[in-house]
Amino acid sequence: MDKIIDPTRRKFLKTSATLGAGLTIAFYLPVGAARMMAGQGAGKPFAPNAFIRIAPDDTVTVIVKHLEMGQGVNTGLPTLVAEELDVPWEKIRVESAPADAKLYNNLLWGPMQGTGGSTAMANSFDQMRRAGATARAMLIAAAADNWKVDASTLATQNGMVLHRASGRKASYGKLADKAATMPQPAEVTLKSAQDFKYIGKQFKRTDSKAKSDGSALFASDLRLPGQLTALIARPPLFGAKVKRIQADKAKAVPGVRAVVEVPRGVAVIATDFWSAKKGRDALQVEWDETGAERVSSAAQREHYLELLKQPGMVARNEGDAAKALGESTKKLEATFEFPYLAHAPMEPINCVVKLKENGCEIWAGSQMQTGDQATAAKILGIQPEQVQIHTMLAGGSFGRRANPTSDYIAEAVSVAKAVSHLNAPIRLMWTREDDIHGGYYRPMFVHAVSGGLDEQGNLVTWSQRLVGQSIVAGTAFEGGMVKDGIDMTSVEGVSNLAYKIPNLHVELHSPKLGVPVLWWRSVGHTHTAFSTEVFIDELAVAAGKDPYEFRRSLLAHQPRHIGVLELAAAKAGWGKPLAPKSGVRRGRGIAVHESFHSFTAEVAEVSVRPDGSFSVDRVVCAVDCGVAVNPDQIGAQMEGGIGFALSAALHSAITFKDGRVEQSNFNDYPLLRISEMPQVEVHIVPSQAAPTGVGEPGVPPLAPAVANALFAATGKRLRKLPFETFELRSA
Amino acid sequence: MISFFVNDKPHSIDAAPDTPLLWVLRDNLGLTGTKYSCGVALCGACTVHLNGAPVRSCMTPISAAAGQKITTIEGAKSKAVKALQDAWVKLDVPQCGYCQSGQIMSAAALLARNPHPTDADIDAALDGNLCRCATYQRIRAAVHQAARSMKG
Repeated sequence: MDKIIDPTRRKFLKTSATLGAGLTIAFYLPVGAARMMAGQGAGKPFAPNAFIRIAPDDTVTVIVKHLEMGQGVNTGLPTLVAEELDVPWEKIRVESAPADAKLYNNLLWGPMQGTGGSTAMANSFDQMRRAGATARAMLIAAAADNWKVDASTLATQNGMVLHRASGRKASYGKLADKAATMPQPAEVTLKSAQDFKYIGKQFKRTDSKAKSDGSALFASDLRLPGQLTALIARPPLFGAKVKRIQADKAKAVPGVRAVVEVPRGVAVIATDFWSAKKGRDALQVEWDETGAERVSSAAQREHYLELLKQPGMVARNEGDAAKALGESTKKLEATFEFPYLAHAPMEPINCVVKLKENGCEIWAGSQMQTGDQATAAKILGIQPEQVQIHTMLAGGSFGRRANPTSDYIAEAVSVAKAVSHLNAPIRLMWTREDDIHGGYYRPMFVHAVSGGLDEQGNLVTWSQRLVGQSIVAGTAFEGGMVKDGIDMTSVEGVSNLAYKIPNLHVELHSPKLGVPVLWWRSVGHTHTAFSTEVFIDELAVAAGKDPYEFRRSLLAHQPRHIGVLELAAAKAGWGKPLAPKSGVRRGRGIAVHESFHSFTAEVAEVSVRPDGSFSVDRVVCAVDCGVAVNPDQIGAQMEGGIGFALSAALHSAITFKDGRVEQSNFNDYPLLRISEMPQVEVHIVPSQAAPTGVGEPGVPPLAPAVANALFAATGKRLRKLPFETFELRSA
Repeated sequence: MISFFVNDKPHSIDAAPDTPLLWVLRDNLGLTGTKYSCGVALCGACTVHLNGAPVRSCMTPISAAAGQKITTIEGAKSKAVKALQDAWVKLDVPQCGYCQSGQIMSAAALLARNPHPTDADIDAALDGNLCRCATYQRIRAAVHQAARSMKG
């Protein structure tokens, strides 16, 4: 059994002391709790800490500090509480935490509340279990006091405290009042893994029903009394400014209430979406394009390819890669290309802002509440604590809502401030076109890789140079994520290449450009896993070795890589011939990658038609993410990550002509459709290691596994995403 | 004034005739289960039934709905819809959940005309419904599950 001392206890006690006895509970009540309490009649809920509230009706509300954007955090975190508190799953309710960096910070990020980097489970695993165990101990203490027995003689079962010797029992709800008066235990004992009832078992999502009957509420579904809808006309070029506004026609559209200039463009505010949209369509804005970004993709590509020939900043250096390459028996070189990518969550960016006398309220699928608070406060000239954020369900995010500039929050607050005389809550909506045009893309990258084999076919040297914009430069994350000039998010996955290679050299160029860039599900791994896992395949072929065995021999010192690699290969039937299908060339490819401290390997099977078009028929995925808290949801995240990655590999690219984005909606920025979804099998490596994330790690190995399968089927190497299938035509 | 039925209730709305049905449902009637995502019938998130047939409400002007019967996810109570919703919950299909109303409305229309769809039938019927979370594999399985449960 693990003895855990609660490091937050001091803070709890201090807080209680300042507020005085009896107020501790109220202090921890999150937004909406008063409303819930009002409906509960007599009796107060028991709130032993910031994460749990036990009501007299026995329901247990778990306060989730992370954003639910599909990844299952509203299920995973309550599972941890249910486990330690020992309550039946049907008694669990879920509520999003209010914005409060002191109580609800991401423990891996410091004093900041936010969701990302696949950290939700990793940073909550101990915290939420401890929260549950603390509550349980206080409920037991309450029963012991009531029954005048020693706490050690009591047990819990399914939301009840039991005294087996006397047959007495009481539900948690009945004990709630009393438990609230019990002292917080200094130490709690967490369950051992073999005693887990919920962790590791198949477990149902808490939100499936609401998400299947239309009742789940997203920020865009809010309808506050008097609410108005705002759309913003943004400049056609990044960095262009408003020069002249002709708003007569816009203002003449029925329903339009105001047209105002805001820092990012011109806002049209109307009674409803359609009126705002028509108003914006009728708006005429002349833009000052002096100093705006006028990039064209073709020229940018030439520039980046030129930079590949010049030395960059050194991200890793072991041995003497150049010398070793000169002495190699076989030398290989390859260039890889990756476009800008939009996140394109199904729910376009939106939020609702209501200004109040002493602050403001924001309803948003907020992924970084602390930053969003600070941004709003700065615009309004108030303190961040005066910005109340109601975190709503997000209809997908994939990194888009975790924006260090809080772009859409800033827009909405600016609009609300500009039309404060209307005294109305403002719902800011982005259209799909706004989303595709609006920036914050996964940056375009090019990589050049070279490698050398000795006479026996051993890999002796690897050099890689990358060119692409820094995501974190100029943001609050720069201090932590840029080391010696190297943006770690640009080189992650290659600067820590897992293969055992005596000579390894990695360089980076981070050119500056006016195109806003941002993390996109699995961040740097979206490109580094592709170049490294395709190139290792090329080296294997050049060495005359099986690509799976070649990887295995180079990863002998990496047990967790080996674990997923072997499991995926075994389940996929690696080495056994694929069943032939008439009219197509078939192939199987493999890739393995570590990201966000989780390990994934994927084997893809493809069928290539004579015209070069192809289908991905099956993907076998193996994942090691430490303790598997919810195996079914881990499976769901791998399935989703694979589909998300395949979408990019097959279809997605944002391109520019003279600074203008050439795509606008799902016609020219297509996403994966159901007919393109492969059969996905997910296998989990059993592990006792601390749990790590699963939201992102399913993404990186997919595209290289498919590229390697296409090579196996056709003998053609595709090194550019999205795939250009004409190269795969039969001769 | 344009009059029509939504979930068997009569409504009369004073809106511009070109207003998409989607925004009348969401902004005028507060039926927010039907979602906006692309606005040009490319993603299916706004799928509702018009006289029982699936339509993209984002491209259906309210004038075209005059006198017609519209069913949204909130009012969809057919045996097929119930079976689909049960299967969606049983298999934990949703992730972010934003597209799922549209998926279920499209799937219900499929089951109404084809009670025993194959994978290919499902793909054909749902290819216009995007899911950025890529829950497609579970959607397929859940449609099969719903079809089986209706048979039983």
